[in-house]
Amino acid sequence: MQRRTFLKATVVGGGAVLGFDVSRAEAEMREFKVSRTTETRSTCPYCAVSCGVIIHTLGDQAKNVVPAVVHVEGDPDHPISRGTLCPKGATLKDDITHRRRLLSPRVRRPGSDHWEDISWDEAIAKIARHVKDTRDRTFVARNARGEVVNRTPGIAMIGGCTDTNEFNFLQWKVVTALGVPYRDTQARV
Amino acid sequence: MPQTLEIRRSSASLWGEKTGMRHLPVVAKYIDTTTCIGCKACEVACQEWNDLGPVPTVQTGTYQTLPNLHPEFWNLIRFNERETDKGFAWLMRKDQCMHCEDPGCLAACPSPGAIVQYANGIVDVNPAQCIGCGYCETGCPFDVPKFHQKTGKMAKCTLCVDRVGVGLEPACIKACPTACLQFGTKDDMVARGRSRVEALKANGFDHAVLYDPPGVGGTGVVTVLAHGDHPEWYGLPRDPRVSPLLRLWKSVLRPLGAVAMLGTLFAAVGHFMYQGPKEPREGA
Amino acid sequence: MTNGWVDIKNADVILAMGGNPAENHPVGFKWFLEARKVRNCKLVAVDPRFTRTAAVADLYSPIRPGTDIAFLCGLVRHAIETGRFHEDYVRLHTSAPCLVSPDFGFDEGLFSGFDAEKGEYARESWAYQLDGRGFVKTDPTLEDPQCVFQLLKKHVDRYTPEMVERICGTPKDTFLKVAEIVTSTGNAARVGTVTYALGWTQHSTGVQMIRAAAILQLLLGNVGRPGGGVNAFRGHSNIQGATDTAGTFEILPGYLKTPVGSQHSLREYLDANTPKPLLAASMNYWQNYPKFMVSLLKAVYGKAATRENDFGYSWLPKVDGNYSWMYIYDDMYRGSSTRAGGQEPGPEGFITFGMNPVALGPNSKKMVAALSKLKWMVVVENVETETAIFWKAPREYEGPEPAAIPTEVFLLRTFTNSARWLQWKWKALDPPGQAKADQEILAAILLAVRDLYQKEGGALPEQVTSVSWSYSNPYRPDLGEVLKEMSGTALAEVHDPSDKTKVHTAGQQLDGFGQLMDDGTTACGNWLHSGVYTEAGNNAQRRNNADPLGLGMFHNWAFSWPANRRIMYNRASADAEGRPWDPTRAGIKWNGEKWVGDVPDMKPDAPPGTYGAFIMMPEGLARLFAPALNDGPFPEHYEAVEAPIANPLHPKVTSNPAFKKFTSDKDVYGAREEFPIVCTTYRLTEHFHYWTQHQHDGLLNEVQPGFFIEIPEALAEQKGIRNGSQVRVISARGQIQGVAMVTRRLRPLTVDGKETWQIGFPIHWGFAGVPGHTGPLANLLTPSAMDPNTWTPEYKAFLVKLEKA
Repeated sequence: MQRRTFLKATVVGGGAVLGFDVSRAEAEMREFKVSRTTETRSTCPYCAVSCGVIIHTLGDQAKNVVPAVVHVEGDPDHPISRGTLCPKGATLKDDITHRRRLLSPRVRRPGSDHWEDISWDEAIAKIARHVKDTRDRTFVARNARGEVVNRTPGIAMIGGCTDTNEFNFLQWKVVTALGVPYRDTQARV
Repeated sequence: MPQTLEIRRSSASLWGEKTGMRHLPVVAKYIDTTTCIGCKACEVACQEWNDLGPVPTVQTGTYQTLPNLHPEFWNLIRFNERETDKGFAWLMRKDQCMHCEDPGCLAACPSPGAIVQYANGIVDVNPAQCIGCGYCETGCPFDVPKFHQKTGKMAKCTLCVDRVGVGLEPACIKACPTACLQFGTKDDMVARGRSRVEALKANGFDHAVLYDPPGVGGTGVVTVLAHGDHPEWYGLPRDPRVSPLLRLWKSVLRPLGAVAMLGTLFAAVGHFMYQGPKEPREGA
Repeated sequence: MTNGWVDIKNADVILAMGGNPAENHPVGFKWFLEARKVRNCKLVAVDPRFTRTAAVADLYSPIRPGTDIAFLCGLVRHAIETGRFHEDYVRLHTSAPCLVSPDFGFDEGLFSGFDAEKGEYARESWAYQLDGRGFVKTDPTLEDPQCVFQLLKKHVDRYTPEMVERICGTPKDTFLKVAEIVTSTGNAARVGTVTYALGWTQHSTGVQMIRAAAILQLLLGNVGRPGGGVNAFRGHSNIQGATDTAGTFEILPGYLKTPVGSQHSLREYLDANTPKPLLAASMNYWQNYPKFMVSLLKAVYGKAATRENDFGYSWLPKVDGNYSWMYIYDDMYRGSSTRAGGQEPGPEGFITFGMNPVALGPNSKKMVAALSKLKWMVVVENVETETAIFWKAPREYEGPEPAAIPTEVFLLRTFTNSARWLQWKWKALDPPGQAKADQEILAAILLAVRDLYQKEGGALPEQVTSVSWSYSNPYRPDLGEVLKEMSGTALAEVHDPSDKTKVHTAGQQLDGFGQLMDDGTTACGNWLHSGVYTEAGNNAQRRNNADPLGLGMFHNWAFSWPANRRIMYNRASADAEGRPWDPTRAGIKWNGEKWVGDVPDMKPDAPPGTYGAFIMMPEGLARLFAPALNDGPFPEHYEAVEAPIANPLHPKVTSNPAFKKFTSDKDVYGAREEFPIVCTTYRLTEHFHYWTQHQHDGLLNEVQPGFFIEIPEALAEQKGIRNGSQVRVISARGQIQGVAMVTRRLRPLTVDGKETWQIGFPIHWGFAGVPGHTGPLANLLTPSAMDPNTWTPEYKAFLVKLEKA
């Protein structure tokens, strides 16, 4: 295979310019691919080092551009990471663009063996109904010793470790509003 | 943004070295295997920047991504477990094109301009001219260029010539979290390497060396090895050279061939001058 | 972390133990290597496996999983025996001189006060001796046999290098080499740091491992100094933030305590949680507890919180007992739990934001069985995780058939958790598809539930409706507004107690927690983060990377709680006169008028000698003796819940006596006779938890394509296992199969005189991944065992057997 290609090439190459220099035109062959992308500085979402990253998106943020992530690299100004990244940070683009990301809310009905699509409004309405029914059904106003405890042991809620502090505060407000005593985060496990 | 890089050498070139007017510094990568943690940030940074892969892989019982470099995988960490005079060692080395000062690939390449060496020392394959013959792979003492079935061309690390051309460091270098990879002029990288070798020797690594093999005129990738007496532990040849046959081909046979070819060309020109241009056929 | 990432460059010695920083935090790890470059720092890696960290370390020491306390106590003993500890520091900044009750004792593996029936300690005998004013009695000579220093010396005396070798399997000469390097920092001129991660926390003795490291670092005088500290490397981007902001059941934001049933009023609650000073020179910063708590109540209940209604205290849910991770699923599985002596329901509804408990929790079969009992579950994620599809888990997880699972599962798409920076820092990219941000989903649920309560009434509707949610757009709370709420706002005219010139009018942002009030005139969602959003703007967004001190502190880059301090306990970086122990690496120093350098962990104008260095401690000193823990005031080596030998120190009390085993039919524990091999689990640098393997066509699946089991070469030879072949690992909970990776990086250790094998495997794979990149959940094999202080599961040491598949 390779030899045959070579034979063919000798003919082509010889017939062309064997021996003549092809200098400048070929020197321009690799374009710098992010020369006019939009750069946005941000923070890697994975581990606790929180490296600085620069996200390159298609276009200049004009109204009619749908910005797609075309490249991610380290932010050299960040005092800890200084532009470097680990393999996870260096492939952040994959995390944003890969094909298995979910597209719309889904529900798995009791006893079912498959997902069904559901609209946001319907999902939220059904969840709110579940939350209220469970809270009303399991609410413990006073414990066995008669002390006021106002808790909802029927609901457990976990999460928030890849989120902002602000989200975590909102989440705490929600568990407080619902009286949820069972709550935990990645910090435990 | 158009980039113009002076070309110093070009494959199958009759005229050999062509130096541009500008004095460009020769650039190099520095690899310190004693601080490499084998994290593979360089592997994926290379692929992400060059829009390569993923190459399908399966777990076969090793940390190493692939057994060898691949046309869509130009940067590979080689992992080796060894018992050394300093006890057990887990050696990791980033393997890629070494960007030789005297590139065996370029010497072996029969297609004009398919492999070029820029004035800054970077050795690059030009897919527009590459004929995929694989001679460069044979000519390379490090077994680097690989044939890509899909394109029918050879492929290898470009030292991110597109980035370097606009004044940036290569993608692998920038990503490296431990600074075991560095980038700069060849002189600076060699100086850095020598001082690291001195530090290693002071810490008891008597055989530490800076791998910059003279057999290929030195490389554009200089590598600090703690166990310099055993480059093969890192997957490096002990004394790489450009094959003497290749030198013969390059310096004697090919110019002869070219002369012969030129003869043909002159004949063709003569024919053209007498006969005039060939009339295009109908519908051609 | 007590110090910052970049600060590690200031260390002379780094002990990397209970973690594999090169693997798990490669970018932070650069500062380890920088220390070596600029200071010829020695990096010591202690790990059961020869890791990526070990590959570049100056010295590697093997250790059997779960025996780190013995190793560390051996180092403590070595420091004391050889006098290689920082005596001036110990006298000045630690509790070494404090006298402990004569009732305190330790015998045959048990500290005084153990109630064998309850499996708990009564801690009265661990108390200090107090004088007439309620202050701790001390002996500055450190000679009183009841002083903390003498008790510590006596306690660690058993941990000789020979005993370390017998328990840990670490050859004695290797241990002594480590000891020489580590204790070389026990003086003013040199500094060392200790770094750890889940390799310590995920043991049934995890907290005491960290305690042992803290004791070592305090003896060496390394806490509070640049280049020192005890540095925990968190796994997730915001575990620290989630903990600060009350992600866990036992705390409210800012580490305030969740009220318990017996605290009937705000007054009773504050009295129980506001400590009294234990020494005259104690600043006792927690005396401000009422200010923090009342400001928090004002932030959460807004105008509904009044002095008359205890600022809404009664609406706060109270806890009785433990509601942490393992109990969530135990109670879920059982359907009920015993609380305050009565039965209460277990969880029947479950909401998870960006977490994958089926993969995360130990004993996966129990996880699947527990979720199968739920009535409903909400999973907020951006990929289909094992948790989302627990109802179709493969057969080996032994869950019920889908038809028998009543759970209604909602899978809601978020774009937050893999791209938290997309929300407001980066508006260039719109939410893809129908995704919503986490806070929008949260708000939608809360507002819909509220609507129902307003229409229908129900159980204590005020609890639901009183929480303030007064964001400009309540359906999409602006995170900047939330940050302001957390940072602290004046509700009336507020005068700074320490600076009369500073007056804030109602509605203005406060400068920091020093301005918080306990009378309802300030609101602050998290006192610890106070000052992050002031009238000057959002300090978390600052991007000035200047470092005039040259120590890697970067005071104008973002914001570091508390008070933008970069090194915790930095008062301890200076001596009694306020002079830095090492002037070239000064944390703070007294200039005659005030403390300068880092933001002082001290009243800025309090001359040296006024207060002890550890202002959050009632004694003002760092604790070498910790009377508040559940399993003893000193660290003691206990074997893992599943261990290959009985504890050589006290075979009758072999594992942590304060851990109580779970008792459901799914909670089984293996014996060493049947399961002779020690197994551990870990992470790889190429993947992030159970997350990145979902990336279809992602490069990470290329560079680390699938599950494997690391097996020592000699064990593989014994069993006829070839590299790359299929093997099975079996524990009392289940079995998994995978590719054998035969290696010399794992070796047999001689433990208590017998050859002991160890194997291990990474955690990243599960049944919900990309086709071709799925694998067994590591946690199919891990036990329902945990630390009795933090209730963190013991993932890092358990027993298995190995066979060819």
